Amino acid sequence: MRDTMFLRRLTLFFPMAIFLTLVGFFFYRLVLIEKGNTPNMIPSVMINRPVPVFALPSLISGKPLVASAALKGKVTLIDVFASWCVPCRVEHPLLASIKEAGIALVGINYKDRPEDALLWLEKLGDPYDAIASDRDGRVAIDFGVYGVPESYLIDKQGVIRFKQTGPLTPEDIRDRLLPLAKELNK
Amino acid sequence: MIAEIGHFSLILALFVALFQAVFPLIGAARGNRAWMGVAEPASFAQFLLVATSFGALTWCYVASDFSVLNVAQNSHTDKPMLYKIAGVWANHEGSMLLWIFILGLYGAAVSWLGGNLPPALRARALSVQAMIAVGFILFILFTSNPFLRLDPVPANGEGLNPLLQDPGLAFHPPFLYLGYVGFSMAFSFAIAALIEGRVDAAWARWVRPWTLAAWCFLTLGIGLGSWWAYYTLGWGGWWYWDPVENASFMPWLAGTALVHSLIVVERRDTLKAWTVLLAIVSFSFSLLGTFLVRSGVLTSVHSFASDPTRGVFILALLAAVTGGSMALFFLRAPRLKSGGLFAPVSREGSLVLNNVLLSSAAGVVLLGTLYPLFMDVLDLGKISVGPPFFNAVFVPLMVPVVFLMALGTQMSWKRGNLTLALRQLKVAGVAALAALLLTWAMSRSLGASAAMGLATWLFVGTISNLFNRLKPSRLSLSEVWRRAAGVPLSFYGMILAHAGLALVIVGITGSTAWKTEKIQVMHSGDTINVAGYDLAFKGVEEGVKGPNYIAARATFTASKNGKFIADLKPEKRMYEMPPRPTTNAAIHTSAFGDLYAVIGDPNESGGYVTRLYYNPLVPWIFIGAGVVALGGLVSLGDRRYRVGVPSHKVNPKNPVHA
Repeated sequence: MRDTMFLRRLTLFFPMAIFLTLVGFFFYRLVLIEKGNTPNMIPSVMINRPVPVFALPSLISGKPLVASAALKGKVTLIDVFASWCVPCRVEHPLLASIKEAGIALVGINYKDRPEDALLWLEKLGDPYDAIASDRDGRVAIDFGVYGVPESYLIDKQGVIRFKQTGPLTPEDIRDRLLPLAKELNK
Repeated sequence: MIAEIGHFSLILALFVALFQAVFPLIGAARGNRAWMGVAEPASFAQFLLVATSFGALTWCYVASDFSVLNVAQNSHTDKPMLYKIAGVWANHEGSMLLWIFILGLYGAAVSWLGGNLPPALRARALSVQAMIAVGFILFILFTSNPFLRLDPVPANGEGLNPLLQDPGLAFHPPFLYLGYVGFSMAFSFAIAALIEGRVDAAWARWVRPWTLAAWCFLTLGIGLGSWWAYYTLGWGGWWYWDPVENASFMPWLAGTALVHSLIVVERRDTLKAWTVLLAIVSFSFSLLGTFLVRSGVLTSVHSFASDPTRGVFILALLAAVTGGSMALFFLRAPRLKSGGLFAPVSREGSLVLNNVLLSSAAGVVLLGTLYPLFMDVLDLGKISVGPPFFNAVFVPLMVPVVFLMALGTQMSWKRGNLTLALRQLKVAGVAALAALLLTWAMSRSLGASAAMGLATWLFVGTISNLFNRLKPSRLSLSEVWRRAAGVPLSFYGMILAHAGLALVIVGITGSTAWKTEKIQVMHSGDTINVAGYDLAFKGVEEGVKGPNYIAARATFTASKNGKFIADLKPEKRMYEMPPRPTTNAAIHTSAFGDLYAVIGDPNESGGYVTRLYYNPLVPWIFIGAGVVALGGLVSLGDRRYRVGVPSHKVNPKNPVHA
């Protein structure tokens, strides 16, 4: 008799137990979002891989080739952009703050007409240390770019350590990019 | 000024709700009539204040007051009036305000219509209702205030997502919320009953109409949403098992189980603890949906601007409401003594089985919806769960439900006679077999044949139930008429709802099994044959002006065997504010299916990508859903819910009652 009472009690406890487990999962998921891990974020296969080998002409005529070999030795942000891309315009003013933090800034001008790109930079300012012109988008394929803007943070050994699909926001730069770069610079 | 009035009313509503949450509850515990009595004026005051607040926001939208941030972000002067109003609830903040407006409406309705309720039960239920209101008003005031001002004031607003500028979607959220929030009534009454430690037939009789009303609204809301997806998204599909769709479907499944288990409590005074739990679960699913949609924990095609702070707040609210009520359930459910016993083969038995299956279905949908989240949290990878999973687990659970729907309603309470019930379903069985063989002969598809057979079984079985009741073949016309007038409305409601579901199943089967889809590049003058229809492409007219968009409009002339049927004019629209393209399908509906045309982008040689579909029987889905909801509405009109005096007497002899 007491056993059946106990069983009945246990059954009644069941819904609450399931529910509390769910709440635990939800809470932990929210904590992850707070840390920047959103469910939309698909980890790039490029993370922790060396930068694809490339050598592209500079956007600005007369300057030397922009090549992957030159990336070693300093922490670099590679930013894929285009003059026809609206979100790039949103991201553009923020790039200066990245350079100020001591990160080298290399642009890859993606599927763009050089004259358009130059005009764009003239209007909005040129924060880049070097800009490669990837007119047919071949190098971008090696990087796994599927939308502009995209940016990759490269460590001193030339390994990709962080990737952002879409424009960088002030929060991304403050909370994720700069702390990581600081660590890589140690 | 108006926005401040709205904001201030909301703050006042918070205090009224706080008052209403505390005093009637204490009054009920002490048996103090005066304290219990304050629930009534308080619920009216709360409703008026929330309505004022909601009205104020609506006014800001209608008057295009862009000094209000929410209006500036979601509206535009060029928008047609309907979408200015619909814009109020087409965003997170405004939709939460609609949520508590409806909550207040239900609370006031209980005060107004619930004069015959025992005072203590009413006081407690209204207190619980007010507690929910307190939680949500705090949520709005602290995390989602729609009345924030903007300085400097922009010249115009940012406009509303053009996908949402559609009549189907204008009315979809209010219906959905009338459903979600309506389940709060069943919830509040369940908590009140747990506090009192008593659930009886009278309780079920009070709770059932509210649950039924909420269920009807939710059915309509889901139907409208699905219809909208079908004609605006341009894929020819009507259900995607998207997390947000699932979020509305889970409370519907639990609510459907609840509507049925309440019948058992009302008629047979048993299944009490289970019914109370279902009432808690139905509303909890509504809250869970709110959490999933607005917190950003899942990826979905629909999403509100998600914000983890809001997520934490709603999660806390969910934990308090559901956690608290389940704890109360754990403590008090043992007190709920069950009454009538019944044999496994009986009306009760089949309703229990219906409940088990519907709850399992809700559980399976929950599992599929949350599975990506579990995997992600446990760091087992990012995955998504799509239609193949849901179809594979949901359909097998629904097959016995549908089979039993025809059978169970033929059985008597307490102890049924399976042989007798099956004998009454002879015609249905023969018809089902005929439909199955006919479908097989036509399509050679086993799944479709089985589904058509099952739908016929349900439809004919349901109608024959009505015939058994009226006996038109044996009795004189006047006698049939006399009987028909004597049959309670809830019985007709059941017939309609069950027959409506049969129509939905036919529609689902047709559209999944025999859909024809043709995608190609067409030049002006080309003709394509789709499922027997000839669609002649007459070209595209560019620059057609709409109220706030410019469209490229294509014309297809549909004919069958040389006979003209209709002109289809799908459009590609470019909205001005915000500048966003939409595809507007052109649909020609007939009894047996939809011709569905979508125009795509032009190519270099002057041709256009066109997508042409024949979607057989799709209209049956939406019509069926409407009939299901109508069934609920008819049942709501039943005399026993209107005649106030609740009777504790049950007559187990009375065989048929829905």
